[in-house]
Amino acid sequence: MTLQALLIALVLIVVIFHAHLGLFSGMTLIERRVLAFMQFRLGPNRTGPFGLLQPVADGIKLFFKEEVMPEGANKFGFFLAPMVAIVCAFSAMAVIPYGPAFHLPSFGFMPEWLRGRLITPQIADLEIGLLFIFAVNAVGVYAIVMAGWAANNKFSLLGGLRSSAQMFSYELALGLSWVGIIMLAGSFKVGDIVEAQAGPIWKWNLFMQFPAFVVYLIAGTAEVSRLPFDLPEGETELVAGFHTEYSSMKFALIQMAEYVNMITVAVLVALLFLGGWHLGLGFAAPPLVGFLAFLAKVGAILFFFIWLRGTLPRFRYDQLMDFGWKILIPIAAINILVTAGLVAFLGQR
Amino acid sequence: MASVLETPQAPAASTSPTVRILREKLGDQVLRVDEWRGDLAVTVSRKAWVEAARTLSFHPELDYKLFLDLCGVDWLDRDGHDDRFEVALHVYSVSHKHHVRLKVPIPESDATLDTIVGVYKGANWFERETWDLYGIVFNGHPNLSRLLTHDSFVGHPMRKDYETPKRHLLKEAKQWLLKVPEGSEHMIVNIGPSHPAMHGAFRVQALMDGETIQDAEAEIGYMHRNFEKMAEERTYWQVIPYTDRLNYCSAFMNGHGYALAVEKLLGVPAPPRAEAIRVILSEFSRIMDHFICIGANVVDLGAITPFFVVFRAREAIYDLIEACCGARLTVSYVRIGGLAQDVPDDFEARARTAIASVRDVTSQMEKLLTRNPIFANRFKDVGVMSAEDALSWGWVGPCLRGSGVAYDVRKDHPYSGYEQYDFDVPVGTVGDCYDRYLVRVEEIHQSVRIIEQALAKLPKGPVITDDKKVALPPKSEVYSNIEALMNHFKLVYEGILPPAGEVYGYTEGANGELGFYIVSDGGKFPYRLKVRPPCFAIYAAFSEMIKGGLLADAVAIIGGLNVIAGELDR
Repeated sequence: MTLQALLIALVLIVVIFHAHLGLFSGMTLIERRVLAFMQFRLGPNRTGPFGLLQPVADGIKLFFKEEVMPEGANKFGFFLAPMVAIVCAFSAMAVIPYGPAFHLPSFGFMPEWLRGRLITPQIADLEIGLLFIFAVNAVGVYAIVMAGWAANNKFSLLGGLRSSAQMFSYELALGLSWVGIIMLAGSFKVGDIVEAQAGPIWKWNLFMQFPAFVVYLIAGTAEVSRLPFDLPEGETELVAGFHTEYSSMKFALIQMAEYVNMITVAVLVALLFLGGWHLGLGFAAPPLVGFLAFLAKVGAILFFFIWLRGTLPRFRYDQLMDFGWKILIPIAAINILVTAGLVAFLGQR
Repeated sequence: MASVLETPQAPAASTSPTVRILREKLGDQVLRVDEWRGDLAVTVSRKAWVEAARTLSFHPELDYKLFLDLCGVDWLDRDGHDDRFEVALHVYSVSHKHHVRLKVPIPESDATLDTIVGVYKGANWFERETWDLYGIVFNGHPNLSRLLTHDSFVGHPMRKDYETPKRHLLKEAKQWLLKVPEGSEHMIVNIGPSHPAMHGAFRVQALMDGETIQDAEAEIGYMHRNFEKMAEERTYWQVIPYTDRLNYCSAFMNGHGYALAVEKLLGVPAPPRAEAIRVILSEFSRIMDHFICIGANVVDLGAITPFFVVFRAREAIYDLIEACCGARLTVSYVRIGGLAQDVPDDFEARARTAIASVRDVTSQMEKLLTRNPIFANRFKDVGVMSAEDALSWGWVGPCLRGSGVAYDVRKDHPYSGYEQYDFDVPVGTVGDCYDRYLVRVEEIHQSVRIIEQALAKLPKGPVITDDKKVALPPKSEVYSNIEALMNHFKLVYEGILPPAGEVYGYTEGANGELGFYIVSDGGKFPYRLKVRPPCFAIYAAFSEMIKGGLLADAVAIIGGLNVIAGELDR
């Protein structure tokens, strides 16, 4: 890797990381406002115009809250859990392309090597991109289990147990739902999968791999513990589940990890199933239009998550497991078999 | 109109089959039979207590299966009462549509009585309460410990010689409610008193094996203020504001029930217009109460939106109630013999606006919930209560009807003119949470029907009785006429003086049969006022219901029982 490529990667890291942070704080506000709209309320609208400064106020508030360390807690695990959670949440974005490749404009003040250079808004284009995402997601589960165990609180413990069981079983469905699209694209690279969906709209995996789409959307919701799968923190049963004892910035980190995971899932749905930055019109759009289309798709998925939360009650633990093992995994498995057969006979795409 | 000066009749030879069978069974152990104001009361000796209860419950001709109430009365130094205490049991026969009160005198020197937990499951908590408040020991009771007062409380507060200014230092909560088996590796979890699913402050201690509840025990009393003791030092009017604080989600209905009970004691009915308005506001209160119950229940399941949906209709109803009496939550709108004032001129239009809102909200709520598979899965076959057990526990109202027993006071013993209105009583088939939910939804529809009929024929006329010994004279007369002024003064100063005697007045509250057992000694204060709180008996069964289920099921069940702390702890 040249120094130039390294510099570009560093800039990308800073930009993408902060874009995520911004999106996270924006999401907390948007979620509250959208939910409020669905529930005939106003939501936070006092801090700044339209309540835009509410995330800032929340951040300041959380910073100045007292850090509570419960008696009898395992300090090591208690401190480590939020860190693991946030690191795993942010690692996944390293291999995700956040838009089509584009040429930098050529302005006079730019160094020669930047002028007109082709940039892919992706930090690292790993050969095994999807597997990497899958792996860091799996490590993220340990954070929740650790948090639940270390806090020495019975509700936290139950929450931790629930989430470990839930994550392990839904990760299986989640991984299986990807197999079909990997076979269709013939690559683990997220960028390749998006490019495989170029062309008319029926080339999107949403249509090519509809069962996988449904499975992934459901398993993804479960993976980020959103309603109706928010059992690990099932408020009315387990108070706040695994993060009952967390306060101040540690609480904020856990919240942040959850939101970032949610954003990652939404981004992946847009990239893997909704054609990413392709418009589905049969021709390649200019990069900016493609990027906006991509953002719109991510926004729609995020809205869908909020909508779910505003509509559905929570599953019961055993029903959730039944649903995962008896419905989602068989669907995903059958989908793999059918796709494999079709690919073998007809070839990719 | 009956005069308030009427005295109780001498005990007559009753022709009731209840008395005949009890006499056959118990012979001269039946000490006394009273029939007054339509209430049948049988006094038996202490020896025959359990046998009498057993006969009432199991004799096929009697079939008094529904346990209602059990309470103590303290006759300290009263003439005509050789024994200091008295325990009164109220039971009801659904098949014969008949209430009966069984009483037993208990001497102070040996304040014990055999338990009837073996006959009526619901007697468990009521006996604990009676022990707690009166110090009457129930022999053979499985867990005779304090229920409403704190564990280290000293004395029995409802006794007439209890010094009310006495204060106790109550330091620590009871740590263990359960007996944990030796060597058990299971986890004890305290759900409450401060837990998101416990709406109000009450506590359940559960022995958990993973997510499964092995054993559970409930503790209540965190909101106990001894309403009944307070009522003993208030005139009959002054009790009304306290009734608002019983079931505060449908405050008007408590006042309605109380006023009817006192009116039964006095023999003074309220005028038709007042009764019609009472019915309308009671039904609106029932709708509100059901809305809150359903809303809070689904919040427990994680769905918050339906809660906000139903709150909109509640707001419209509160606006209507506010227009009538100026208050929203604790209304104090009823008066003995009628209402505090007439409704505003545009009452009907306002009521129709509220109905429109209720209709709109109900249809939205049903769309969100009734056919939602996740919701149905959480509710179906969860918390199943058989009809027989429900009766024995003393379940009433939507919970009892959810178990398939079509007992509704409005239908079976119409009051306030309910006989004029056409409505149906929905019943469930399985007795699970889903049935209780469906019954509540259907009752909302039926309540709207009743309100519309009542609005259509709302009679004209006064809203309070013209009996000078019960109702205050109009203010215009007080200021212009010496008799009215004196009447006003005497009534405020002396209060209403009902005849000596006792009645059990009952209405269909939002949670079921809300009873007021009033014992009067002819004075201006009630000598004893016992509330029969519906959710007290319902919640008593809760810790039995959740055993063997999942924690999530316990949360789904408790919301559907609609436990209101104000009514539970009184």
